This record gives sequence, C-alpha cells and structure tokens, in this order.
Amino acid sequence: MYRKWLSQYQLLLMSIPFMALLILFTYVPLWGWIMAFQDYSLSKGIAGSPFSGFSHFADLFRDDRFYLVLRNTMVMSGLSLVADFVGAIALALLLNEVRARFFKRTVQTITYIPHFVSWVVMANIVLGSLSPDGGIVNDVLMKLGFIDEPILFMSKGSWFWAIHTMAGFWKELGWSTIIYLAVIAGLNHDLYEAADVDGAGRFQKMWHISIPGLMPTAMLLLILATGNLINTGYESQFLLGNGLNIDYSQVLDLYALDYSFSIGDYSYGVAISVFKSAISILLVVSVNMAARRFGDFKAF
Amino acid sequence: MRLSPSERVFQTVIYVLLALLSFVTLYPFWNSLVISFNLGSDTSLGGVTFWPRSFTLQNYEVVLRDGRIAQAFLVSVARTAAGTALSIMATAIFSYGMSKAELIGRKYYMIFCIVTLYFSGGLIPYFLLIHDLGMMNTFWVLIVPGMISIWNMIIFRTFFKEMPAGLEESARIDGCGYFSTFVRIVLPLSGPVIASLSLFVAVNLWNDWFSATLFINNPKLVPIQSLLQEIMNANTVTEQLRSQGGSNFLDKIFQARTVTTKSLTMATMMVATIPIIAVYPFVQRHFVKGVLVGSLKG
Repeated sequence: MYRKWLSQYQLLLMSIPFMALLILFTYVPLWGWIMAFQDYSLSKGIAGSPFSGFSHFADLFRDDRFYLVLRNTMVMSGLSLVADFVGAIALALLLNEVRARFFKRTVQTITYIPHFVSWVVMANIVLGSLSPDGGIVNDVLMKLGFIDEPILFMSKGSWFWAIHTMAGFWKELGWSTIIYLAVIAGLNHDLYEAADVDGAGRFQKMWHISIPGLMPTAMLLLILATGNLINTGYESQFLLGNGLNIDYSQVLDLYALDYSFSIGDYSYGVAISVFKSAISILLVVSVNMAARRFGDFKAF
Repeated sequence: MRLSPSERVFQTVIYVLLALLSFVTLYPFWNSLVISFNLGSDTSLGGVTFWPRSFTLQNYEVVLRDGRIAQAFLVSVARTAAGTALSIMATAIFSYGMSKAELIGRKYYMIFCIVTLYFSGGLIPYFLLIHDLGMMNTFWVLIVPGMISIWNMIIFRTFFKEMPAGLEESARIDGCGYFSTFVRIVLPLSGPVIASLSLFVAVNLWNDWFSATLFINNPKLVPIQSLLQEIMNANTVTEQLRSQGGSNFLDKIFQARTVTTKSLTMATMMVATIPIIAVYPFVQRHFVKGVLVGSLKG
C-alpha cells in the first residue's frame, strides 16, 4: 500500500491540490446552508446566530411571490429549451442541404458570432432594437402598417417571456447546431445512396434518414437539459428585466439575491437556494433514470 | 448534377432562408458598429442603417480618452490573459491526474467533480465565502474561483485517454516520471484541445460581468463588461464622462453636442466586443471537436 502511494506521489500531487481548490469554492459554501435554518445576522455570523428550525421554509411555501418567481424560472427555461432544441435541429437540417461549401461556412461563421458576445452587449442591442423611440422593430412594424403606435415592449410584463426566449434563441442558435451537423456528417452515406437509387426526394431523405439519425443524440441532449431546467442562468433576466416587468422577469436566483442584499434577510435568500438545489437534484436523478431506461446510457 | 425544377425551388428557398437568418443575426451588430462611427447628433435624427451618414472617430476618441474605460479595458485584458493561462494549466494538470486509472481514490474525486455540475451552495453563501477569504476587491476574485472547470476537465481527460498508450509507456521506460511524461509527451500533442478550450475559457472570462458586479467596487478593478453594464444601467454615459471632469477636450465636445449617450454606448460596446470576435475565426477549425467531446462524453 505504502509503495503504491510512493509510486504515484507525482500523480497525487497533480490532482489533490486542484481537488482542494474545487472543494473550497464549491463545497465549502454548502456550509452556508446552515443559515437557512437560522435567523442569520451579518454581525453575529453563522456561529453566533440563533437557530430557527424550518421557519424560513414554512414562510417560503406561504409566500405567493415565491410561486410566481418559481413559475417564471421554469417557464423561461422550458421555453428556451424547446426553442433551442427545435431551432438547432431545423437549422442543422437546412445547412446540410446546402451544396455550396463557401455559403455554408459563411452562414455558420455568422450564426456562431452571437455566442461569443456577452449578455451585456446582447441586452443592450435587444433593448435598443425594441425601443419605442427609434428602435428598428417598432420602425419596421410601423412602416409595414401593422401598428400605428410604437409598442412598449419592455414595460409590458406579458412581452417579457417572448422577448427573453427570442434573445436567447438568437444568441445560441448557431452554436447549438455544431453537434447536430457533426452527427449528420457521421451518418452512413450508403443510406443516402440507397435512397437515391430508390428515387427518394430531398424531403424524403431528410424525413427518413437524417431525422431518425439525429434522434438518439437529440433525445440525449434533451434529457440532459431537462435535468438542468431549474439551474438556468439569471444574467439575461437581470439585464433585460426592469421594475415594470419584474413579475415576469424575476427568477429564483435574483429573488434570493434581492431578499438578501436589499432587504437584508440572508436566511430567507439561502432558503431559496437550498430549495432550488433540492429540486435540481430531484430532476437530475429522475432524468438519469429516464435516460437509463431510454438507452444504454448513463448521464454520469 | 442536373436539378429538377422542384429541387431548384427547394434549393432557392433554403438559400433565401439562410441568407435571411444571417442578415438578421449580423444586422444588429453592423448597425451598432455604424452608429459608433456616426456623429451622435446626426444619429439621433434617425435613419442611420447600413452606412455612417456623417463619419466620425469622435465617439472612439472620447471613449478611449476616458480614463475609466481605458482602465476597465486593461483589467479585462489582464484578467482574460492571466485567467486563461492559469485555468488551462491547472485544468490540464488536474485532468492528467484524473485520466490515470491507477490514481488512488479517483472514483471518489470524479463523483465530487460531477456533483458540482448540478448544484451549488447558491449565491449568498458563495458571496460570504469570498468575503471571508478576503478576496473582495482583489484581482484574484476575477480569476481564481473559476480556475478549475469540470466540463473542461472532462474534455481534457477524454483527450488524454484517447492518446496511444505506447507513447507514454516508452517515456516511462526511459525513466520519465508522471510529471515529465505529461510535460514532454502529452502536452506537445494536445495543441488542438488546448486551443479550443483556451478560446472557451477566454470568452467566458472576457464576457463575465456578474462576478465583478458582486465582488468589486474599486473602480480601478472593474472589467469592461461590468462597466458597460453600469453605463447601460444608468444610461448616463454623458454625465459619467462629464463628472470625470478636468478635460478641456471633453468639455469642448459636449458643448458642441455632437456626441450622445447612444453613440458613446455603441462605441464602448464595440471596444468590449471586437477583441473576442477578432480572435475566434482563427480558432474556429479547432473548436468543433471541443464542443463534440464536451457535449457527448460527459
């Protein structure tokens, strides 16, 4: 045993320090979960604050705003998931039909660009385009005669989900096609040739060969994404949201942040995070079970 | 190959659709670029679309001479360069250790790593940890916490595992330890994967604004994206620049009223975006592989 340790001391040195770093920044914060069961105050710290049991969770489940925010979180990640999934497959299929290599590469390069642009810039562009005063969307709609007055997109909450989904779709559409294009490129060419011989048209080849070929990968990615449904970001909501649409734009993380830093109730904020992690684990475990049933695959 | 009429229609429809998509994707960026080169007072009259109507470099002059923006740009450059180098180095070394089946306790480390992908302590405990570590308002908070990326570790690990075992074995027989095998044999063969992962890490570091919003309030350490967010939020670029004060140059411009909030925001936006867009075409041929390994072999 000792000799085994000695023979790989270099290997251990190459892994343990970084493992420690990882634990420091990802596991040590879990210690803070105790705050959810305390009446935490900054001055007393975790060691000095009195325990309060499950009272914050009881409050949480009585809080109407919490359900509203939970709804926003789930609806927005669900919408993004579906839009991205359908859009990426459709775009990959279209790109696959393009014969001119140069055109295909150009379209790919262009649609990848938004992935590399920060959400701050994206939000700036989105807000600018939707602005009631000189924004391109309102301008075009007015010129085409669909509306007489500019629409106040960002001040009506009911628009927010659509705007948020479109913005994310625009940002990640091209990037998400990469994997599907690779899968299509890896499909057996004999199948297409056989279909040609049998006189299949483009649509038939797409429907009977490309799409079934994509399905295993697509289902796998969909299942994995479902596991992360509650974990989706808050950057875009933070940047696009404002006081007028907050009933539709606020998500769990932002609610927790707001409660902790604006109101000063840290314990409640942490209780929200704990709840979120519990749901996340539940989703991942069930999704993993679904994935195993679905095929010979383990998510981890 | 001859195309039947229906094929031709089909092809045309696809080309038109894709061209339209490319246009819709590119236009907002192009328009922002155009506005950043257009006289602010002229832009506010409306109708500036594909080409600057009255070309000027004024917006950039103001932005680049503004001390805060220049400083923020430098912070971002330093953060991206140092953070990428550190993260790639650390993650590569870590993954090499994790790619060896004989590593004691590897299975447990792996479980620890995977779990972090699905849940975290949440923002507030994390905030308090950074606070307790004394990392608030330091440059380190911008590069150290995200140093080990589990996704990148998995990609590296897969790549290392796929290397022909004979190469490493012969090095070991010649007396190389694990570490020198890694440095002399494995690293030189990992060019493509290092290139694509470096790009991903660099993009994330460059584009991240949220951590600085939480952890930094020293104006000297604010990265460009966070500054842009502040500007956007306050939408008072003019006032902010004016309050810097002192500069006759700025006063002159504001008296002339040819620079507007919008034109300055657009110029700042370009300064914050162009560096990363400029790098990516050079790494494009590498990153497809990185994406594939990362998304399927987890």
